[in-house]
Amino acid sequence: MSGESATEERYSNLYEENIERIKAGSSSFINSLRAPAIQQFRELGIPKRKNEFYRYTNLDPFFSYDYRSYFMPAPSDFVKAEEFRCDVTDLDAHGIVLLNGFYPTLNGKLQQLPGGVWIGSLNEAAKKFKQLTEKHYGRYATVNNDGLIHLNTAMASDGVFVYIPEGTSVSKPVQVVNLVDSADDVFIQHRNLIIVEKNADFRIIICDHTLSPRKFLTNAVTEVYVGENARFDIIRVQNEHNNACKITHTFIHQERNSVASSNNLTLHGGLVRNSTYHHLGGEGSESHSYGLCLADRWQHVDNFVSVEHDFPNCTSDQLFKGVFDDMSTGAFNGRIYVAPDAQGTRAFQRTNNILLTDNSRVDAKPQLEICADDVKCSHGATVGQLDENALFYMRSRGIEKREAQLMLMFGFAHEVIQNINVEALRDRIDSLVMQRLKGELSRCASCMVKCG
Amino acid sequence: MLVIDNLKVNIEGKNILNGISLSVKPGEIHAIMGPNGSGKSTLAAVLAGRNFAEVTEGSVKWFGRDLLEMAPEDRSKEGIFLGFQYPIEIPGVSMVNFLKTALNEHRKHKGLEPLSASDFLKIMREKKELVEIDSKLANRSVNEGFSGGEKKKNEIFQMAMLEPKLAILDETDSGLDIDALRIVANGVNKIRRPDSSVIVITHYQRLLDYIIPDVVHVLYDGRIVKTSGKELAMELEEKGYDWIKKEVDNQV
Repeated sequence: MSGESATEERYSNLYEENIERIKAGSSSFINSLRAPAIQQFRELGIPKRKNEFYRYTNLDPFFSYDYRSYFMPAPSDFVKAEEFRCDVTDLDAHGIVLLNGFYPTLNGKLQQLPGGVWIGSLNEAAKKFKQLTEKHYGRYATVNNDGLIHLNTAMASDGVFVYIPEGTSVSKPVQVVNLVDSADDVFIQHRNLIIVEKNADFRIIICDHTLSPRKFLTNAVTEVYVGENARFDIIRVQNEHNNACKITHTFIHQERNSVASSNNLTLHGGLVRNSTYHHLGGEGSESHSYGLCLADRWQHVDNFVSVEHDFPNCTSDQLFKGVFDDMSTGAFNGRIYVAPDAQGTRAFQRTNNILLTDNSRVDAKPQLEICADDVKCSHGATVGQLDENALFYMRSRGIEKREAQLMLMFGFAHEVIQNINVEALRDRIDSLVMQRLKGELSRCASCMVKCG
Repeated sequence: MLVIDNLKVNIEGKNILNGISLSVKPGEIHAIMGPNGSGKSTLAAVLAGRNFAEVTEGSVKWFGRDLLEMAPEDRSKEGIFLGFQYPIEIPGVSMVNFLKTALNEHRKHKGLEPLSASDFLKIMREKKELVEIDSKLANRSVNEGFSGGEKKKNEIFQMAMLEPKLAILDETDSGLDIDALRIVANGVNKIRRPDSSVIVITHYQRLLDYIIPDVVHVLYDGRIVKTSGKELAMELEEKGYDWIKKEVDNQV
């Protein structure tokens, strides 16, 4: 047996060993998708670098590792999660904590907020809102060539469910804190479903923290439905230790005249791969995809973005920036697809990267497939060092070289940060990024792990 | 205060400055004129500490200290200011943050406490008026999207904030219309204290109608070939540089 298939077989066995326990907590509909999905996974396997969409990222060091356990929670596990408090104290948000991908049981599994909004455990929602979840679950994560999405569909046990009814504007964002905490090396998969109905307005912040110094692998899928004329923003703040691997797949489906944005802020993490899929599925819709990463040591951050224009007169833009220090590496793959009938499309893409050392590296790849003729599209990629002219200009005014470098890097990063439309979080990210650039943040904020 | 002695500078194997000697005393205004490619901007850049040229011979003393050994930021804090011919755009760095950092570095160097936000803004307001700079520009990123004239005004605004002992203005007049030229020149005159000095580098005499030099030097082929009073600028405006080139070439 080859080394490759041994890896796939391990996950296949993990499925067999745990599937009855996993199924016990889920609805029959979600369970009905599992067997076909594991079959798909067995055929596709873990994405290799020969897969065009994973060309610059080697998942092997994390996937070939034997995690032994597949986490299933006991009630006592949630005590710490319930006690966790976000240290952004002026962030006025509805907070939810997920522990290793599970929604804590202590305070009820679903809660209702004013305006008929529901947030809570996906497993519970699948029972309580059967029709609603069946209408949306698995409908948007339809990329068939990525084995990891199928692996998630096969084995995900819980995650966050959010339902925003028609016409509801939720002024406070919802903040989901993903805690990863275990005495063992673990493999975690969760699945989120967010439904934002017609004319509604909703923002969600997802923060990742690791609380113990073990080796972690997370493979998470989030599906979002954004109804006609609705507004939706998702902001991810990724702050995990160097031994953690985080893989996210986010699918945002938009109906006509809706506006959605996604912002991936990767401050720290061993290996991070974010795939963000924007589907402009109705005329006049608009999407924005942003990303910022600061990497050092052996970290690797890969942002994969795919924007599909399926209807006329939609607008999209992508802005991804990275600062790479030491021997860190990064990748950006930005895809724009314009369907034959999607006339009047405007689609833009830009990635700018700064390499601080000779050993850091970033690969940037635009991928444009345009099948309509009345289209305005642009893409641009830069990889370079800090601007020497700007550095000299600042120094000639008395600013120390190190300070001038910091100001330039911060200014570079701020172009992405300024798009966060939650003020307290924006200020917080500004200050975290500044600390990170200064080297004062040798570990993640709120992290108890001194991973050095 | 500034003594340049037999300065020779080489860029990528090419001699650009071929032995410049020049001495500036407190309160003096020197004009350096000369045709394109004569080495004017190189001289300005070398004085400010731009690390692109090799000094092969000679020395530059600043109040007795070896200027060439000093980092650009230290030269600034010791009172040297370069007004750039082509000011640099710095996206993402706000004018306020840029100037506040610079000003506080200067204060730290003098052993002063950093300015409070309100004191800083007060100083900024006062100085903005000197150069009639639009308040909106101060809220933007450094030079980003500024017109040519606004960039030059911004240089003089920064000079006003930093109050240098010696300002080297590298073709500050280029690209300015007559109104902007007047504002910029008057700004320089208002900022200048009796003991502070200016080196004005220019092609044309028109800036010197406002900033009246004590001495005019003509730079040609990396050498100062003529030094005289302010009337030399008038003569150059009238007759061009060719007669000087001829004079020099004949001597050779």
